[in-house]
Amino acid sequence: MASPSLPRALSSRAPALAFAAALALLPLFLPNAYYFDVAIRIAVNATLAIALNLLIGYAGQISLGHAAFFGLGAYGSAILTGAFGWPPIAALVVSAAAVGALAYLVGRAILRLEGHYLAMATLGLGVVASIALGNEVALTGGPDGMAVPDFSVLGWRLAGETSWYWAFAALLIAAIVLAGNLVDSPAGRALRALHGSQTAARALGVDASGFKTRVFVLSAVVAAFVGSLYGHYEGFVTPGLAAFPKSVQLVTMVVVGGMASIWGSVLGAALLSLAPELLARFEGYETIGYGAILVATMIFLPRGIAPSLAERFGRKAG
Amino acid sequence: MEAGGLTAGRASGGRAAIPGSALFRRDGSRVVSQFLQLIFAGVTVGATYALAALGFSIIYNASGVINFAQGEFIMLGGMIAAFLSAAGAPLPLALVGAVAATALIGLIVAKIAIAPARDADVTTLVIITIGVSMVLRGGVETTLGKGGRTLPPFSGDKPIAFAGAAVLPQSLWALATTLVVVAALALFFARTRLGKGILATAHNRLAAELVGVDTRRVLSTSFVLSAGLGALGGVLIAPIANASYDAGIMLGLKGFVAAAIGGLGSGVGAVAGGLALGLMESLTAGYLSSAYKDAVAIVVVLVILLVRPSGLFGATSGGGR
Repeated sequence: MASPSLPRALSSRAPALAFAAALALLPLFLPNAYYFDVAIRIAVNATLAIALNLLIGYAGQISLGHAAFFGLGAYGSAILTGAFGWPPIAALVVSAAAVGALAYLVGRAILRLEGHYLAMATLGLGVVASIALGNEVALTGGPDGMAVPDFSVLGWRLAGETSWYWAFAALLIAAIVLAGNLVDSPAGRALRALHGSQTAARALGVDASGFKTRVFVLSAVVAAFVGSLYGHYEGFVTPGLAAFPKSVQLVTMVVVGGMASIWGSVLGAALLSLAPELLARFEGYETIGYGAILVATMIFLPRGIAPSLAERFGRKAG
Repeated sequence: MEAGGLTAGRASGGRAAIPGSALFRRDGSRVVSQFLQLIFAGVTVGATYALAALGFSIIYNASGVINFAQGEFIMLGGMIAAFLSAAGAPLPLALVGAVAATALIGLIVAKIAIAPARDADVTTLVIITIGVSMVLRGGVETTLGKGGRTLPPFSGDKPIAFAGAAVLPQSLWALATTLVVVAALALFFARTRLGKGILATAHNRLAAELVGVDTRRVLSTSFVLSAGLGALGGVLIAPIANASYDAGIMLGLKGFVAAAIGGLGSGVGAVAGGLALGLMESLTAGYLSSAYKDAVAIVVVLVILLVRPSGLFGATSGGGR
C-alpha cells in the first residue's frame, strides 16, 4: 500500500495554500474567455471528482450514477428560478437539500448491495433520472433542455467567465480543504476501515451502513450544489448533464487520478477535461484517443496517476 | 386476404386475426392478439439481451470483470454485417463475416488491453473496458460513419399469422438462434476441456492453475466467445432495429441489467434475465408508456436486487470481492 507519510503530508494545509495561490495567479496566463471556460470546467469536474472519491476511494462504494445528482441539482435550480421565479440562492439551497433527502432514501436502500450489484443499482438510478429529465417536457423542456436565469445574490449579479472562475476556484479550494479535514478525522479513518473490510470495521464498532449512507448523501449534496451553480454559469441545462456518460466520466477521473487521493482527483479531472479539448483537432478520432489514454493509464499506472507518482517520489525521499 | 390483411393487422396491433375467432369474439381476441404481439416483440428483443447477458456472464466467470465493452460487440456485429451486405456480400457471408470479425476483435482486446492488467483490481479493469468501448465506438464512427445502417431480414419481412398476432420471420430467427446457441454453450461447458477449464477458473483461479488449466487461454477464449455472442445478437436484431455506431451503450446496459436480474455468472439466469427484461420493456411500452419503458424495466430490476441482492439465479453472497 501507499507509504503513509506522503498522503498525510499532502493532505495538510501547505499544498492547499500553494494550490490556492496558483489558482489566484492563473487568470494572468489565460488569454481569453475560451481558456477561462476550460479552467471553469476543470474546477467543476475536480470538485465533483473529490466528492465522488470520498465515496469510491475512501468508503469503497462505487457509484455509476453520480451525474444524476449533478443533473438534478442543475435542473432543480433551473426550474425553481426559471419557472417559479425563486431567488437563485434559495433555489440552490432547496435543490441541494432535496437531492440530499433523495440520496438518503436511495442510499439507505441500495448501499446494502455490494460490488457489481451496487454498480448496477447506481447505474440504473442514473439512467432513470436522465430518462425522467428527458421526458417531463412540461417541466424540463425535454431533450432540448431549458434556459437558466443568471445567478444573483441580493441584487449582485454573478456573470462573465472571470467572475465565475473565481467562484468555482473558491469552491474547489473549499472542497480540497474540507475533504482533507474529513479524511484525517476519526470519521475518515472509519471510512478507510470500511474500504479495507466491512466485517472488520463492524467488529471494531464502526457503524458501517450509517457511514456509507452519510458519505453517499454528502457526495450527492456536493454534486447537486455544483450542478446548480454550473447550470447558472452555462445558462442552459440538458438531460445530458445527468446521463450515464457523464457519470462514467466522473468515475474515470477518480480512478485515473487515483482512488483515495484528493490531489489525484484534481489531477484526473484536469487531465480528462483537457484531453477532449486537446484531441478535438483530430476530428473524429478524439473518442479513440480518449479511450486509448484510459486503457494505457490503467495498464501502466493501475493505482492511478497520483498514488503511483507519490509512491515513486516517496521511495526516493525515504 | 393474406398479405394485405396481415400488413394491416401489423399496423393496427395485430387485429387481422384468424377469421373465425375474430368474428365471434372481436374485442376479446383483439386484446389477446395485442398481448401476443407484445410478447413476441419482447421475446425477440429479449433474445438479444440474453445473448449480451451470456457474454457478460462468461467474461465475469473467467475474469471477475464486468465488461463494459459488451454493448460495443453487439453494435460491431450489426454494423459490420450491414456494411458487408451493402458492399455486395451475400447475406450468409455477411453474417458469418461480422461474427468472425467481432470475435477476432474480442481476442485482440483480451490480448492487448485485459491480459496486461490481469492482476489489477476490479475497478481498474472496469475502467479499462470502458476505454476499450470508446476505442471501438470511435473506430466504427471514423471507418463506417455516423449514419445508421440497415441489414435486410434473413428471410423476408412478410409477417406470419399466429393466433391473431403477426410475427416477423426475423423474430423466429432470433429466438431459434438463441436457443441453438444456448444449447451449444451448455454442451461446450459440460463436455469440452476448454469449457470445463473456464468453469474451473470461475470457481477458483489458483486451484484451476494448479490442476493445469491455462487461465490465460481461458481469458482470451471468454472474450472471443462473448464478442461472438454479442455480434450474433447484433446481427439478429439489426434487421428490426437499425445499427448505429452509438447503439452499444444502451445495449450493453440492457445486457448488464439482464445479467444482474438472473444473477451474474449464471448461464440460465442470463437467458431468463434477458427474456424477462425484453418482456417487461415490451409490455410497459404497450400498456403504460413507451417513453418510460427503459425506466420501468430498471426500477423492476432494482426491486429484484433489493429483495434478492444476488439476482434470481445467483449465488447466495453478493457480487463484491
